[in-house]
Amino acid sequence: MGASNNGFSVIGKPLPKPDAVSKVTGRAIYADDMLPARTLHCRILRSPHPHARIVSIDTSAARRMPGVQAVITGADLPIKFGILPVTQDERALEHEKVRYVGDPIAAVAAVDEEIAASACDAISVEYEVLEPVMSIDEALVETKDERIQDYGGPNNIHKLVALEFGDVDAGFARADHTREDVFFFQGNTHLPMEQHSAVATFVDGRVTLWSSTQVVHYVHRALAKVLELPMNRIRVIGAAHGGGFGGKTDPFAHEIIVSKLAMLTGRPVKCTLTREEVFYAHRGRHPVLMWVRTGVTKDGRITAMHFRSALDGGAYGSYGVASTFYTGALQTVTYDIPAYRFEGCRVFTNKPPCGPKRGHGTPQPRFALELHLEKIAHDIGLDPVELKQRNFVKPMTRTVNWLRVTSCGLEECTERVLNASGFRKREKKRGHGMGFAISSYLSGAGTAIYWNDMPHSEVQIKVDRGGVTAYCGAMDIGQGSDSVLAAIVAEELGIQPADVRLVTADTDTTPIDLGSYSSRVTFMAGNAAIQAARKMREMLVEAAAAKMGAPVEAVAVGGGRIGDFSFEDASILAEARFGTLTSAGSYTPPKIAGPYKGSGVGPSPAYSYSACVVDLDADPRTGLVHLNKVWIAHDVGRAINPLLVEGQVEGSVYMGLGEALMEEQEFRKGLHKWPSMLEYKSPTFLDMPEVETFIVETVDPEGPYGAKEAGQGPLLPVIPAVSSAVFDALGVWIDEIPVTPEKIVEALRRKEKGEAARFGPARFPSIPYPACIKVEPPAKELDRAAPASI
Amino acid sequence: MREVDRHVVALEVNGEHAELLLPVHKTLLEVLREDMQLTGTKHGCELGECGTCTVLVDGKPELSCLLLPVQIEGRAITTIEGMAKGSDLHPLQQAFAELGAAQCGYCTPGILLAAKSLLESDPQPTRDGIREALAGNLCRCTGYSKILDAVELAGDRMMSSPPRGVAQSAGGDEEL
Ligand code: FES
Ligand code: FES
Repeated sequence: MGASNNGFSVIGKPLPKPDAVSKVTGRAIYADDMLPARTLHCRILRSPHPHARIVSIDTSAARRMPGVQAVITGADLPIKFGILPVTQDERALEHEKVRYVGDPIAAVAAVDEEIAASACDAISVEYEVLEPVMSIDEALVETKDERIQDYGGPNNIHKLVALEFGDVDAGFARADHTREDVFFFQGNTHLPMEQHSAVATFVDGRVTLWSSTQVVHYVHRALAKVLELPMNRIRVIGAAHGGGFGGKTDPFAHEIIVSKLAMLTGRPVKCTLTREEVFYAHRGRHPVLMWVRTGVTKDGRITAMHFRSALDGGAYGSYGVASTFYTGALQTVTYDIPAYRFEGCRVFTNKPPCGPKRGHGTPQPRFALELHLEKIAHDIGLDPVELKQRNFVKPMTRTVNWLRVTSCGLEECTERVLNASGFRKREKKRGHGMGFAISSYLSGAGTAIYWNDMPHSEVQIKVDRGGVTAYCGAMDIGQGSDSVLAAIVAEELGIQPADVRLVTADTDTTPIDLGSYSSRVTFMAGNAAIQAARKMREMLVEAAAAKMGAPVEAVAVGGGRIGDFSFEDASILAEARFGTLTSAGSYTPPKIAGPYKGSGVGPSPAYSYSACVVDLDADPRTGLVHLNKVWIAHDVGRAINPLLVEGQVEGSVYMGLGEALMEEQEFRKGLHKWPSMLEYKSPTFLDMPEVETFIVETVDPEGPYGAKEAGQGPLLPVIPAVSSAVFDALGVWIDEIPVTPEKIVEALRRKEKGEAARFGPARFPSIPYPACIKVEPPAKELDRAAPASI
Repeated sequence: MREVDRHVVALEVNGEHAELLLPVHKTLLEVLREDMQLTGTKHGCELGECGTCTVLVDGKPELSCLLLPVQIEGRAITTIEGMAKGSDLHPLQQAFAELGAAQCGYCTPGILLAAKSLLESDPQPTRDGIREALAGNLCRCTGYSKILDAVELAGDRMMSSPPRGVAQSAGGDEEL
């Protein structure tokens, strides 16, 4: 709803995806659908212990089994890797120590999967079992046995961060009211429908890997490092993708393992994780404990905020350092906080590693912040919506932690959902409630994962007598990045998206795009595509103008025509005039990070904004919640394809509702309690309410045609809105996600007994944060003439 | 090699007959994908928990990961590959494509087949009726909204036009 296509012929149109037919006919080829001739099947032996030293591994019986072609262990792949340069702490196979149940130890390639599995069973491993560390509290103190990792510290602390922007003490001193709250957000996982899968071949000295990954470029780098091959000997291709949500954004052990096994056997090797293994691969939402203190004036203006987070990271680094910063970064992008202190801590535990899930590190603090501000509003007798609105950030400003806000549709998003839902006029009735929340998210991280000055996205276009082809490393994971590329190239060249052939996510044939994470693809690959397409258009126009004997300004582009010529004839003229017709474009985000260590996490060339109202019934006897309806407004800058934007928004709402009400990972004695789709509860058709979506367009100055992200931001406000609606219905605060019936009933019981009417953590642990790095805030107003300059 | 008990099984899939020599414990899902190259049938759990592997057996949705071929010898099996007639999409496929009901597309084959079975028994289901019929099929991408819209649209079109063999061109064939 509400998207425009003023002056455009393709942009703004609700077009189906270029691969829609292959997806509805079962013809899209996902990684596990590939079975090259003579493929060997790989199974991985995984640790049954959460924490243990490996004393010995005996693979001799497995090697002797008929049908087994190769068995490898950590000794064959000793080089460590990891997504972040600062935490290269993983091995494809561990041969010294295992750190969670599911840690890979050995791998077998055999003629069929059953033989490979039996051979794994035949491998004997001797362990020296160590004391596992299973919670934030346990990780903060000294344990009986050794630490999980040999870096970080003290104890099992991985990372500590302490930053202060502006004078926080002075801010609290000038507050009329201050309040502290503690919140907990339980961990959960992506649960993509497709189990991770990878197939590798080794032909003519070159490895080719097809994988269900979101990041072909990062997998390419990791393979080169661990296999000790130059990058030009490795090709990584993104197969049709069965869903990621951040869960396929790390280089994974199985991708490296099949490549190595293909090199050893000279045959194609495939590994598809079982669903249980997908739970162990994880990299999902960090469980986060949070403490927040905020000062406000009596009219509700924030004077200072102090936010602390403690993240349960699982056994390895993954994206964890970035996740830690993200729990503190974006609070300031929605509310004007004049003085802000953030202290963050990530710990290692003996669980599958956590990493980036949709919203990466920001749903947890968003949940805490939205509820905390509501409580403050109740304290000072102000309408919570009013208090939030009084503190909304304004467009074209810079936050206290140096984040640059350009377009900002917060006000409009808020009005849209409040009006449509009748929130302000809602009837007060026990058992029925409505909740409201807002949020913001990045349109791509402003800095790359590994430090470099190169573009973040690159697009090439080739035009010849056979048509138009666009090449880009971007990976379509179902969100529709291929559609965006085709739409942009078509718009600029005056043709239809169906006339654009796409070659994407193939490290041999496409220029680099960093991957489908941090909601970066539309913004970055989109800008690169515009640049490449405009260069191509110039050549076509120049050739047409020369033939017409007219100035270039007289050559109209559109409707499949370039001036007096059909597109094809114009391309023939241009090819005759210029030779091979190729063009390239790239996008490098502006250097907008603040002048302090740690400023690399949080900056984005633009922020999306969302507002949400949830309407639900909550039964005071059973604690059961029934969702009635969700209204969501999302400031996407401009909807390049409103159909796909709606799809991203609705999918985000769904995932947010799942996290809010049911999705959680728990562990018992080191074991994942629910590593199956039946027991890990996620919303079905029956759980999902109707969703009314409003697309708000603020036309960002730097986005492609003004576009910003849509894939992650709309998840964020849903979660606090659910908890807030439960308070509206029953008068109890559920300060812990997920909001389960047990917690609601327990909070009501406490309320009845005259205790605090809430369910949630009682305390925040004592953490040895270092002294804060003090950072001077920037000037608040942006220079409108040159917003990129800092 | 180990001793594996093998049987000759005659299957009828998408109207084609095939005789296969199969280990008895191999599931229909595995046989379709590995022995018959019908990889349009997907899997998300292989334990009967997600609905992704849904196929039709005599027109009714069944989980292929829980079926053994010997159980369904002689019965008509339909997979996603049998849903379009040549290049003519089934109205459900057309509607899913047009409305963006397939994002990653991984759950799509199973959902399309379950929806096909629904529309055949109830051509104008209510929205809640669709929810009920598809409740065993998980989708992580779409939030289900566009799937419901697409099933409704297909149902409407099938009521108002001859169901089969007619090119479905409403709304954007050129873009597909
Ligand atoms: S694969 Fe059959 S139900 Fe999940
Ligand atoms: S479209 Fe991706 S799981 Fe349904």
